[in-house]
Amino acid sequence: MIRWLLMLIGGALLGGVVHLATIFILPRTADHDAYSRLASIAPVNTVVAVPLPTPEKAAMPFMDPAYASAICRYDLSQGPLKLTVPVSLAYTSVSFYTRRDVAYYAINDRSAGRRAIELDLMTAEQHGELPEDENVTAADRLIVESPTLTGLIAIRALAPEPELMATTQAAIAGAQCKKLEDFKPED
Amino acid sequence: MLLVAAIVGLGGTYISLTRGQGFSTLSIGPWTAWPKTGTTDIDPYAQAAIARLGRLPIALGDGVEFLARADDKGRLLDGRCDVELTGVTPAARYWTLTLYGANGELVANSVKRYGFTSQEILRRADGSFQITIAPRASPGNWLPTGGVERYMLALRFYDTSIGISTKEGREVPMPTLSVRSCP
Repeated sequence: MIRWLLMLIGGALLGGVVHLATIFILPRTADHDAYSRLASIAPVNTVVAVPLPTPEKAAMPFMDPAYASAICRYDLSQGPLKLTVPVSLAYTSVSFYTRRDVAYYAINDRSAGRRAIELDLMTAEQHGELPEDENVTAADRLIVESPTLTGLIAIRALAPEPELMATTQAAIAGAQCKKLEDFKPED
Repeated sequence: MLLVAAIVGLGGTYISLTRGQGFSTLSIGPWTAWPKTGTTDIDPYAQAAIARLGRLPIALGDGVEFLARADDKGRLLDGRCDVELTGVTPAARYWTLTLYGANGELVANSVKRYGFTSQEILRRADGSFQITIAPRASPGNWLPTGGVERYMLALRFYDTSIGISTKEGREVPMPTLSVRSCP
């Protein structure tokens, strides 16, 4: 009797370990997570429009149908990136996710306070390697540090009414994410 | 012993991933939000649930998402019933309301309406509003259910001060959800 009870308790304890192990390992092994899903439509270091969700088809579950969205799947191993997003008429936001889909930073048109959201994305190491003078002259330059070499940038703009969706999509179609050294200012 | 371990361990994982989305919830009436899920402080349970669903959480700097699967009385939302969403919302630059099926997919309907934004809604003089969530057309703000058995509602607030330290109270007046009639 006691032997059975001990085995039951032992089993439950071991079960707890199994449970915690699976919870922690799952995000690392999931091949249907958002990053993997988007990898099939998004080449590296390019902004790609994400199709509007429909009942039949959506790039991800729980997408907000009132938003036009675009994705830049980034890889910083070749150097920092520059991101520019024209601001649409209502509300535009840019959210940053690690390779494991953890949101680590977000900015919107109001906090950017300009006609376009402009920032440089780099790792902490790349930030540390920036020449001193570049850091100083660019006092108004927004630098975002990515905790991982790869990840996702989600660009989203609200169409307050369905009739405004086409205009909203057109507004963020001008978004760019490019290697910092390849970037040529338009003006 | 190993059998018990497998049942407890994997069963526990399955239940926690299908039922919940992690700890540190903000529950107001039938609405629940997980503000920490949009930050690097996300707990491992929420992260596992998100990886399994294959979605991207809303970053906290962007907005906060509230989900409701049941009405004010705790009855699961049924697309064959007429449900009224009534009241006011907490302060935010914009909000959107979206109806999803059991797996986070949009629900097909004849008018291709999947939700509302704060700008399209018809309001009363005092700023409050009512949305009728029903299978058949209804005057005013009508959100079609497509007649599905189970659905959930997502109310998302963008550019808002709702955050990790927000508590239930006067600053977050969430609309009520009540069943008006059921066939």
